[in-house]
Amino acid sequence: MHDFELHAPDSIHEAVEILAEHGGSTRVLAGGTALTTMVKQSLVRPDHIVSLHRVPGWSHVARLGPEINIGMLATHRAIETSPLIREHAPLLADTYAQVATVRIRSMATVGGGIAHGDPAQDPLPTLLALNARVRLLSATGERQVPVGDLFRDFFDTDIGPDELLIEVQVPAQPHDLEGVYLKFLPRSEDDYATVGVAALARVERGRFQEARVALGAVGPVPLRATAVEQALQGRKADAATVRKAAELVGDLVDPVDDARGSADYKRDMAVVFTRRALEQVAGIPR
Amino acid sequence: MTTQPKKARVSTTVNGQPVDVLVAPYQSLLEMLREVLGLTGTKEGCNDGNCGACTVSLDGRIVDSCLVLGAEADGKRVDTIEGMARPEGLHPLQQAFLEEAALQCGICTPGFLVAARALLEREPHPSEERIRLWLAGNLCRCTGYDKIVGAVRKAAALDGAGNGRAAG
Ligand SMILES: Cc1cc2nc3c(=O)[nH]c(=O)nc-3n(C[C@H](O)[C@H](O)[C@H](O)COP(=O)(O)OP(=O)(O)OC[C@H]3O[C@@H](n4cnc5c(N)ncnc54)[C@H](O)[C@@H]3O)c2cc1C
Ligand code: FES
Ligand code: FES
Repeated sequence: MHDFELHAPDSIHEAVEILAEHGGSTRVLAGGTALTTMVKQSLVRPDHIVSLHRVPGWSHVARLGPEINIGMLATHRAIETSPLIREHAPLLADTYAQVATVRIRSMATVGGGIAHGDPAQDPLPTLLALNARVRLLSATGERQVPVGDLFRDFFDTDIGPDELLIEVQVPAQPHDLEGVYLKFLPRSEDDYATVGVAALARVERGRFQEARVALGAVGPVPLRATAVEQALQGRKADAATVRKAAELVGDLVDPVDDARGSADYKRDMAVVFTRRALEQVAGIPR
Repeated sequence: MTTQPKKARVSTTVNGQPVDVLVAPYQSLLEMLREVLGLTGTKEGCNDGNCGACTVSLDGRIVDSCLVLGAEADGKRVDTIEGMARPEGLHPLQQAFLEEAALQCGICTPGFLVAARALLEREPHPSEERIRLWLAGNLCRCTGYDKIVGAVRKAAALDGAGNGRAAG
């Protein structure tokens, strides 16, 4: 690894002061599961690294009225095992439990997992489908951004070099809104998804009262499939409706060829797994 | 921009012993253990979080030490393979690995043992499926895994296999 100056601030305010001072040549280090390797491989060459390991707190998981607030430093494993998340946003627990291996999950943070901006990450479609927001703090103030507006390109987000993602706010998942995250893993249990689909639905009297679909690993950014959602809204919750709506995904995605499959294969699998996810949340037998 | 990297002072506890060392900012916890402290039981395989050979316990949670900076261990408790055997003999997991021939070249073994101990501390009697899921991310290119899983099951069948430092 090349040399850099390591800062270990004792508070988020100290952290954003350092970011303000050194700006673009600085990277935040949270769980380190992504950044450490990127620095080792010289994919990024920051002159300064602001490590958050001394910042007390900010790993909270708390319910505030209709929302769940998650501190940036909460680990994936904490979300997987939190009784509060299990109760009020079970889809979130199920999704974080599917990330990598237990060692990665016990290091990787919720904040780092979002700020990294890798469209193949599992939590992103689920956070999109749950309409989550993030709080971004800088030395000059704070703003809130919906997760849906955060991603610009592969590994590129709207988070400024002077900003720290301090909290994620997730509206609780109503008990009658069924959710599932399907991760297609043709190679091994601990791999990244070939495609990932998060779906939520509420079916009343045999019709979709609400449907939400988001996908990961199918393009430069995680994607909310609003066209599919609209095609389901108010329609009969049966196999034919779901099959037709899921096909729309083929035109929305823009996958790349890689070791996990060709672009064409991923496009087909995006349709298949969208259909399966919707069948599951709508209780349609396959 | 030129920077003047200074070494960071790290005060930590390794296998119950207080340790004070200076590490360069870019040194990983794995490098700190192996190169600064001479604890070479923890192995390097991939150096990018994929193989689990470098697994250690950090404040009771297993991590890939190649992905942690040494400086981040400041104020934390590190437990490695070197702390696993007891004065009265091998840890039951180590004994079971020997009896079940769960290793060949052995480079993956310290990582498997540290990870398996963490599982048994949390769940003294895990199912085979739990063992396999927990050990996903510990790669072994020699044994084919069955003997490793068998050894963990054998150790779990003995009472107290998970007894060690408290789980986090
Ligand atoms: C072997 C391996 C397998 C993996 N498999 C999967 C998988 O199956 N599914 C999956 O979803 N992911 C997978 N991942 C990726 C993993 O989820 C990410 O590496 C992790 O979520 C990043 O979180 P972190 O806290 O470690 O971030 P770090 O590595 O600390 O940081 C990542 C990036 O985010 C920035 N950052 C971190 N925190 C903040 C903050 N609070 N504010 C602003 N910027 C910040 C950093 O500067 C850096 O650019 C895998 C990773 C590894 C190493
Ligand atoms: S050396 Fe750390 S996971 Fe392979
Ligand atoms: S015994 Fe050789 S890699 Fe596992």
